[in-house]
Amino acid sequence: MRLTLRQRQIIWAYLFMSVALVFFVVIRWYPTILAFNVSFRDWNVFEGSGTWVGLENYQEIWQDAGKPRSSVTAAFSNTVRYVLFGVPTQLVLALAVALLLSQIRSLSAVFRVAYFAPYVTSAVAVAFVWNWLYQPETGLINQALDLVGLPSQPFTKSPAQALPSITAVAVWQNLGFAVIIFLAGIQQIPGHYYEAARIDGANAWQLFWRITLPLLNPIIVYLTVLGTISYLRLFALVQNMSPQGTGGPLKSTTTVVLEVYREGFSSYKMGYAGALTVLLFFLILLITIIQLRFFSRRVEY
Amino acid sequence: MTRSKLYVLIGTLLVAAMLLAACPAPAAPAQEAASEPAAEEAAPVDEVVEIEYWQYNFAARVDAMDQLIAQFEEANPNIKVVHNADIPYAEFRDKIAASVPAGVGPDVATLFYGWQSVWIDSGYLVPLPEDAFPPAMVSEKFSPMVQASFVEGTLYTLPTAVRALALFYNKDLMADAGLDPENPPSTLDELADQAAACTQRDDDGALVVEGFVADPSGQDHHWFREVLVRQFGGVPYSDDYSTVQYNDEAGLQAWNYLLAFHTDLATGDRDLFDGSTNAFVGGHVCFHVDGSFRLGTIANNNPDMNFGVTELPSHNGIKSTFGSYWTHGLTKKAAADQARFDAAVKFLQFITSADAGALWVDIVGELPAQLEAGSNPELLADEKLGAFAAGLEYSHATFFADESQQRQAIIDSFDMVVLTDEDPATALQIAADTDQEVLDDFWSSR
Repeated sequence: MRLTLRQRQIIWAYLFMSVALVFFVVIRWYPTILAFNVSFRDWNVFEGSGTWVGLENYQEIWQDAGKPRSSVTAAFSNTVRYVLFGVPTQLVLALAVALLLSQIRSLSAVFRVAYFAPYVTSAVAVAFVWNWLYQPETGLINQALDLVGLPSQPFTKSPAQALPSITAVAVWQNLGFAVIIFLAGIQQIPGHYYEAARIDGANAWQLFWRITLPLLNPIIVYLTVLGTISYLRLFALVQNMSPQGTGGPLKSTTTVVLEVYREGFSSYKMGYAGALTVLLFFLILLITIIQLRFFSRRVEY
Repeated sequence: MTRSKLYVLIGTLLVAAMLLAACPAPAAPAQEAASEPAAEEAAPVDEVVEIEYWQYNFAARVDAMDQLIAQFEEANPNIKVVHNADIPYAEFRDKIAASVPAGVGPDVATLFYGWQSVWIDSGYLVPLPEDAFPPAMVSEKFSPMVQASFVEGTLYTLPTAVRALALFYNKDLMADAGLDPENPPSTLDELADQAAACTQRDDDGALVVEGFVADPSGQDHHWFREVLVRQFGGVPYSDDYSTVQYNDEAGLQAWNYLLAFHTDLATGDRDLFDGSTNAFVGGHVCFHVDGSFRLGTIANNNPDMNFGVTELPSHNGIKSTFGSYWTHGLTKKAAADQARFDAAVKFLQFITSADAGALWVDIVGELPAQLEAGSNPELLADEKLGAFAAGLEYSHATFFADESQQRQAIIDSFDMVVLTDEDPATALQIAADTDQEVLDDFWSSR
């Protein structure tokens, strides 16, 4: 068989791509398919296989969700709250920081590193540091509150404050990534749009609303989708910042992934954990599709 | 062109499919392991059998077990024991779970006795052979709490050592508060009074010295169930541990007694000084309920602390303590191979002997599980260990269907009262309902 140059190029392209494909198939897709399989079985981790029980695990989750003080209900509603608190805060803060950073010339690299550092720090290390900062009475934040005459706050020890406290840490940790992406987006906006607008008499506020923000729309959609997914999968911070890693106090910080972990690796109910995973998968899929459908619009000038 | 594209696509998919097919490979070692016995039976009798033993990482335990293994291997030159103790406590159960599908893992594993039900239900532990471990021998020679190792009449595990709870007291803090350090509380009323007297606050009302910190996430959930409830005239569970009974009048009195340290007496705050246990070890707390394993923590972290240990305070003339133990079981991996299983049984017999218990208490500070070694007069007279040893005869070990969930039920109800002002009786009922649900779930599947 004689191949044209183009065909050979295509073959080479597929060959190179197949490396990544194999990685995804083995490391991502295969376990994902397995998780679906596990969710339909009474799967015990020690046995390595289980009897087919159909939708029983899903029924059990449904029943558990109907019970008072249910962990499952708490997990799903907390997860949604993490997204609702975390994603908008993260976007607004990151955009503000990126706009400021794009204005400065000196030391901008230092600032970028400073903002990005938490993102590459292990969540466990971050959690430990913040646990100390949040300590009642003796923590740095409470000492600071004390200095200005404000009462000491319980933060992660209180059912009301624990979730916002952990969300704040997640925002702090993820901010750097969003800032860098925003910065790249801001730098891609052609300068002559601004010049033209200024000549027409636009003020800074109008420049931002009419030029910067609309042209950043693809970036905003991208960060919203990624941010939402990362908050839907929140685990390490909660595991390391709630009392004994249980998602407490009183289930106020537990997440779906934490429940998956607890059911799977503490109670060894892999089927149940698998079913929770599948539900989370569809939740993420649904939200992502909705976001892409409604937020993506092309802006051209 | 489209055809060649198709070839490439098919080729790629084939590669992927082959890799997918190769994926169940982790199961393969297990199959290999299963086919091993034939090979080993044919081998000469003096072939060395290698078995694997796992426990979580705790320096003193590792040291003690290393010594036991050395003794065992000397006595049994044809058995080699591989000791894996590199796993941190928090990850121990995860690693065990992960080892199974990989076809590796221990033949003999050490687990908390409260995990037995879950491990047995999942088919991971196999019953101990009756000829090597006759039930009558266990009843006669081992501390009564070891009965918890019989699940529905079948013995699954045996311990080297057991622990009981006792009352730790900080002598210097007591003296500072004008209390007599040689007369620690011997009744619950005295404990409440002395804890209140020992509590010190600064000018802003912040706690400086905590008299007693009630903290169910430490040992106090055990103290409540097996000690306080009994002392106020109740019984925490039915005899077969299938029904929760602490939600009665006696249970409520016990519950209120525990809560009072937080609510009425305000002798401590479990969020201060990094939790109740660390607070005591750090020298900020006068009285603390804990197990003998804490002696080692104190020796390592605050060796100069001037403290004593006494039996848990009695009430209405009733003494009780919570007994618990880390226990050793044989896994289905061991059972898959007769030669390894025999070696594992021998090893288990060795590490649960009275001699092993005597070695263990010296190094780890846990009490020997065999009564012969546990009732040693020298041990009873020991200034620190004596209080724990004395408790063994009146100790109770809760049978747990799922220890972490049943513990969480008590913690959550305690939090409801302390953090959200829930009515104590309602909170206790919620704990009982949650606990009962866990038990029902366990018993219904049997």
